[in-house]
Amino acid sequence: MTTEQRARSISVHLVLIAYSLLAVGPILLVVMNSFKVRSAIFGSPLAPPDTSTFSLIGYEKVFRSSHILLYYSNSLIVTLVSMALVLLFGAMAAWALTEYRFRGSTVLALFLSIGIMVPIRLGSVAILNMMRSAGLNDTLTALVLVYVAQGLPMSIFILSEFIQQIPKDLRDAARCDGVPEIRIFFEVVAPLLRPAIATVAVFTIVPIWNDLWFPLILTSSDSTHTVTLGVQQFLGQYITDWNSVLAALSMAILPVVVIYVILSRQLIAGLTSGAVK
Amino acid sequence: MPESLSPVTAQMPRAKLAGLLLFFLGPAVVIYSLFSIYPLVATMALSTYTSDPSGARSFVGLANFQTLLGDALWSKPFWNALGNNLIFFTVHMCVQNPVGIALAGLLSLPRVRLKGFYRTVMFLPTMLSVVIVGFSWNLILSPLWGVASGALKAVGLGSLFAPWLGLESSALVTLSLISVWQFVGIPMMLIYAALLNIPEELIDAARVDGLGQLRIFFHIKLPLVLPTISLVSVLTFVANFNAFDLIYSVKGALAGPNFATDILGTFFYRTFFGNQLQLGNPTMGAAVATVMFFIILLGLCLYLFLVQRRIRRYAF
Amino acid sequence: MRRTIKAALGAEAAALALLAGLASAQAGSLKIESWRNDDADIWNSKIIPAFNKHYPDIKIEFAPSAPKEYNAALNARLDGGTAGDLITCRPFDASLALYQKHQLDAVDGIKGMENFSDVAKAAWQTDDGKTTFCVPIASVIAGFIYNKEAFAKLGVTEPKTLDEFHAVLEKFKKDGTYVPLVMGTADQWEAATMGFQNVGPDYWKGEVGRANLISGKEKLTDPQYVAAFKEIAAWAPYLGSGFQAQTYADSQNLFSLGKGAIYAAGSWDISTFRGQAKFAMGAFPPPQPAGTTDCYISDHTDIAMGINAASKNKEDAKKFLEWLTTPEFATIYANALPGFFPLGKTPVKVEDDVAATMVGWRQSCKSTIRNSYQILSRGTPNLENELWNVSAQVVNGKLTPEAAGKQLQDGLDKWYKPAK
Repeated sequence: MTTEQRARSISVHLVLIAYSLLAVGPILLVVMNSFKVRSAIFGSPLAPPDTSTFSLIGYEKVFRSSHILLYYSNSLIVTLVSMALVLLFGAMAAWALTEYRFRGSTVLALFLSIGIMVPIRLGSVAILNMMRSAGLNDTLTALVLVYVAQGLPMSIFILSEFIQQIPKDLRDAARCDGVPEIRIFFEVVAPLLRPAIATVAVFTIVPIWNDLWFPLILTSSDSTHTVTLGVQQFLGQYITDWNSVLAALSMAILPVVVIYVILSRQLIAGLTSGAVK
Repeated sequence: MPESLSPVTAQMPRAKLAGLLLFFLGPAVVIYSLFSIYPLVATMALSTYTSDPSGARSFVGLANFQTLLGDALWSKPFWNALGNNLIFFTVHMCVQNPVGIALAGLLSLPRVRLKGFYRTVMFLPTMLSVVIVGFSWNLILSPLWGVASGALKAVGLGSLFAPWLGLESSALVTLSLISVWQFVGIPMMLIYAALLNIPEELIDAARVDGLGQLRIFFHIKLPLVLPTISLVSVLTFVANFNAFDLIYSVKGALAGPNFATDILGTFFYRTFFGNQLQLGNPTMGAAVATVMFFIILLGLCLYLFLVQRRIRRYAF
Repeated sequence: MRRTIKAALGAEAAALALLAGLASAQAGSLKIESWRNDDADIWNSKIIPAFNKHYPDIKIEFAPSAPKEYNAALNARLDGGTAGDLITCRPFDASLALYQKHQLDAVDGIKGMENFSDVAKAAWQTDDGKTTFCVPIASVIAGFIYNKEAFAKLGVTEPKTLDEFHAVLEKFKKDGTYVPLVMGTADQWEAATMGFQNVGPDYWKGEVGRANLISGKEKLTDPQYVAAFKEIAAWAPYLGSGFQAQTYADSQNLFSLGKGAIYAAGSWDISTFRGQAKFAMGAFPPPQPAGTTDCYISDHTDIAMGINAASKNKEDAKKFLEWLTTPEFATIYANALPGFFPLGKTPVKVEDDVAATMVGWRQSCKSTIRNSYQILSRGTPNLENELWNVSAQVVNGKLTPEAAGKQLQDGLDKWYKPAK
C-alpha cells in the first residue's frame, strides 16, 4: 500500500467510525446510564458506571412493577406469526402475479400496492368494529390479522422482484416433467426465496415489533400488551423515575439488538442480493 | 409482468388457472381486502358524513372537504401541517439520502476492512421503536440532563447549545434530523446493495482508464444506482407523509410549540381522536385521512410519470 | 417453506390456546379504565384490597392508559366495544359527550350519591343538572410548592402578594444556587394549568368571572385576563435555562433533585415529590395581585367514575361505585394519593402536611374551577387546546398578553354564542 492509499484508507475509516459513533452513541448512553444511581445519572451522564455509582435499582423496579416477560412473549408471538403468514401468503400471491397471465392482473397488482402507500391506521375505527363483531377484541389474533394485512403489499412487491429473477428454465423444466403447479411453487420456487426473508423482515417485521398504535387500541388488558406498548405505559407511569425509565428503555432495546446482531449477516445478505432495485 | 410468461401457463385450461389463482392469491387478497382496504373505504365513506352529539350520522356529501379546505379554522392548521410535512420530507431528502449514499459509497470501496461491523452498527437505529428513539433523544437534548450541552461544551462550542426541541424555529428540523438518524440505514443498505450489483468489469475498465475512486463513484456508479435512489426517494416520501409516532411521542398531539411540529399525521390524530377537552371528530378526521390519501397518491403519480420513466431510460 | 408453514401453524395454535386461556375471564370481574397510570401501584396495593374486604368475590383489574392517549384510546375502545366496565371520567364535556352517545349510564340511582354536594357533581351532569353520569372522586388544587431548605438558606418567607413573589424570585436569581421558578413550556399544558389557571382566578374573581365568560358579560380580551397573561409572561427570566424544551417530567425532576426553589404546582405533584425529594417542602397559594383583598384558588373537580353502558357486569360495577361514595374510600384515597382531595360532604383527615396545607386553603380562599372547562371547550377551535398553545407562547415571549387574549376570544367567537 502506498502512503497515499494508506492515508485515504485511514480517512475512510475515520468517517465510518465517526458515523458509527453517532449511530450507537445515544443507544450506549441510555444503556450505560441505566446501570447507575439516580444522582450519577444526572451528575455525570457521560461517565460509565463505576463501583460507587453502579446500581440495578431501575431493573428491579421494571421487573417488579411490570410484566415485561409476558410483554416479550406477546410481541414475539405476534411478530413471528405475522411474519410467517406475510411470507407465506405474500410469496404465493407474488408467484401468481408474476407467473400467470390472467385478465385483471395489472389491476390486482395496483390494488395490492395501495397498501404500501396508505397507512392502515386511517381505518382504525372500522377495524375495531370488525374485530368486535368477530369476537376478536383484546386478542393477539386481532393484531396478527391487521399486521398481515399491513405487511402483505410490501412483501408482495419485494417477492415479485425476487421471483422475476429466478431463471425461467427451472420452473419450465419442472413443468415439462409434469410436476403440478402447487408443487413447483413449494418445492422449486419457495426454497429459492430464502434470501428474501431478510429483506421482507426489514420492511414488515420491524414495524410490527415496534408498533404502538394497534396494541394501544386493539388490546386493552395487561395480558395482551406488547413490549412497545408495555414500555410506553411504563414510561408514562414512572416518567420522573429515570432509573426505571432508562432500564425500561434498555430492556426494550437490548433484545432487538441481540437478535439483530445474530441475524445481521443473513439480513444483509438478503438485502444485498439485489431484491429491491 | 406479463412479459415474463412462460408458454406452459399461457396454454393452461381456464378452470385450472382459476383454481390456481384462487389458491395462490386467495389468502392474501382476502386478508388484505378485509383488514386494509375495507377499513380504508369505510373511512372514506365516513368522510362524507357528519355526526350530532348523540352519535347519529347523516350524509353531507363533500361538505367536510369544503370545511377543511375553505374554512380558515380548519384550512389554516391543515396548510400548516402540510407545509411542515414538506419541510420534514425535504430534510429527509437533503440529509438522509445523501448521507445514505455517501456511507454506501464508502462501504462499497474495495479493500475496506470491518465492513460488516460498520454496516451492522449503522443500521442499528433503524431497528428500534420510534417511541424509544424519540424518548431517548428527548432525554439527550433535554436542557435538564445536559448531555448535549455538556458534549458541546467539551469541544468548546457550549454557546451553540439551545433548547432546540422547544423553539419554534428549530423544533421541526431537530425532529426531522432525529428521524433521519434513525432511518438513514435503509437508503444506505438499499444503495449499498445496488452498488454491489454493478458488474466488476465496468469498474475495472474505468480503473484501467486511470479514473480515481471519486470519479468512478460519481461518473459510473452513481448513474447506475439512480433507479434505487429514486425508489428510496419514493419510499421516503410515503413514509414521511404517513409519519406520526416520532412527533407524537416527543411533542404530544398538540405538536408544539405553536403547532410548529404539526404534520399531517398528528393533525389527523388530533382531529380524529381529540385531545384533552377536544372531542374526537371521526367524520372530519376521516376527511383529513382521505385528503392525506390523495396527497400521497398525487406524489406517487408524479413520481411514476415524471421520474420513473426517465430513469428507466437512462439506467441500463 | 413447508417447515415455515408448519412452524406458523404451530405458533398460531399456541397463540390461540394462550388467548383462549386468557379470554375466559371469571364472572364477577370488573375492569377499570383510567388515565391515572401513576396510581396503578396504589390501586393494586391499597384501594382494590380494601374494596375486596367487603366484596371478596368481585375481581377488579385496574387498566390505565397513559394520560395523553387516554381519551383517544378510550373512545376507540368504547366505539369498538372493548372498553372496561368502569370508566374514569374527565370533567365536563368529554364525559358529557360519552353520556350523550349512550356510552355512560346515569348514576343517579347509586346509593350514596347524596353524599356529594351539587358543586361536586356539576362537572359530571347534563347541562340542566338533572342527570349525573359519574360518581365524583376528587378535585385537585393549584398553587406553589417550595423547597423549605432553599427558603431558609436565603432567609425568605412565603410571599403573600405578587410583588413579594417577584422579590423572592429576584433574590433567588441573584443568588444563583437554585432555579427560582420551576416550570417548562415544552408540554404546553403546564403554562396553562399551573400558570394561567393558577394565578388567574385572583384577577377574574374565580367563579364570578367564569360565569361571566359563559354568559358573555366578560371577554378574554378584558383587562383581568390580559393581566393574568402579563403575570405569567413576567416569569420567563426566572425559569430554568432551556425552559422551552423542558417537559413536565423534567420540571418534576428539576425540583425533586433540589435544584429549584419554587415549583408551579398542582396538588397531584405531591405524591411524586414524596417519593423522590429529600428536603422539606411547603406550599403557598397563588400570591395576590396588588389591590385585591379576596383570594381565589383553582380547586378543580377533576376525576370521577362511571359505568360503561355496554358493560356486562353492571350489578358489580354499581356495587363498586356505591363503595366509592363512602367515607372509607375517601379516606384511603386521600391519604394514599395526597393531593387528590375527596369531594364528599363528610370531611376527611389528610395526613400529608403539604396536602393538608393546600386543602386548608379552601377555608381562607374561594374555590373555582378552570374557566375553560365548562361549556366553553365544546366547539372548534377548542378553547382548552388554544389556551395551552397561547399560554406557552406567552411565557416563551412569542405572543403578547393582549394578542393571546385576542386569539382566544376570536376563536371562541367563531362558534360560541352566549345564551341571552
